[in-house]
Amino acid sequence: MMPSENEIYNALAERHGADFQKKVSSATVAVCGIGGLGSNISISLARAGVGNIHIIDFDRVDISNLNRQQYFSEQIGMYKTDALKETLSHIAPYCKITADCVRLDENNISEILKDCDIVCEAFDDAESKAVLANCVLEKFPEKYLVCGSGMAGLYSANTIKTRRVMKNFYICGDGENDVADNTGLYSSRVMICAGHQANMILRIISGKYDA
Amino acid sequence: MITVNGEKIDFSGTVTELLEFLGYGEKRVAVELNENIVPKAEYVNTSVSDGDKLEIVRFVGGG
Repeated sequence: MMPSENEIYNALAERHGADFQKKVSSATVAVCGIGGLGSNISISLARAGVGNIHIIDFDRVDISNLNRQQYFSEQIGMYKTDALKETLSHIAPYCKITADCVRLDENNISEILKDCDIVCEAFDDAESKAVLANCVLEKFPEKYLVCGSGMAGLYSANTIKTRRVMKNFYICGDGENDVADNTGLYSSRVMICAGHQANMILRIISGKYDA
Repeated sequence: MITVNGEKIDFSGTVTELLEFLGYGEKRVAVELNENIVPKAEYVNTSVSDGDKLEIVRFVGGG
């Protein structure tokens, strides 16, 4: 039987504390790109009880995504926004999920990201990461920005870190290992970086701002 | 001397020249000068001088 909104809220508040649950349930986080990083980050945020999650991606689920992204084989061909929305609704049925099936660029970032408190950069392309980071830092200096950079290969898990670059800007990853170096992307290490990003987002929501 | 990502470097010039000096591609970075973001269009006109503190984030691919 489907639990009620109150039952889920109370179960989370019992585990996370009432103060955290109150803050997290009213937070709005935009996850830009829902591939290996973004799909895992969104699931962590939904499980923690983030009240409003805005997922943005233009792509469809492909067989090559199954090694690390939170999609199922029967979802191949679906838009990632539709597939992940479905998965999130099973985990957190009362979470308000806004899904935009669009490619984010300099021309639409201001409009699409205007309502969120925290922007999570979870693209795979290095230049797209830089475009998003620069646009958010220039146009929304008051928003928090949590980026991911460097999680390719099967290198040590311990090299992935969270760094606070400036007041509202954080970056997670090893900062070095590029997928372009043909070292591959592994679910385990991508999830570590996604875990860092999701953890920092939850820390910010709870009022803990150091990395 | 300027400070880039916590390291002291002997350099004076523009942000564009600094990125060239460090071998960083302009399209993959975000640059902060004394805790303010430098818009990409301003790299060529923004001078970096003695005592300035910069944070340069380099993005690598994968996600």
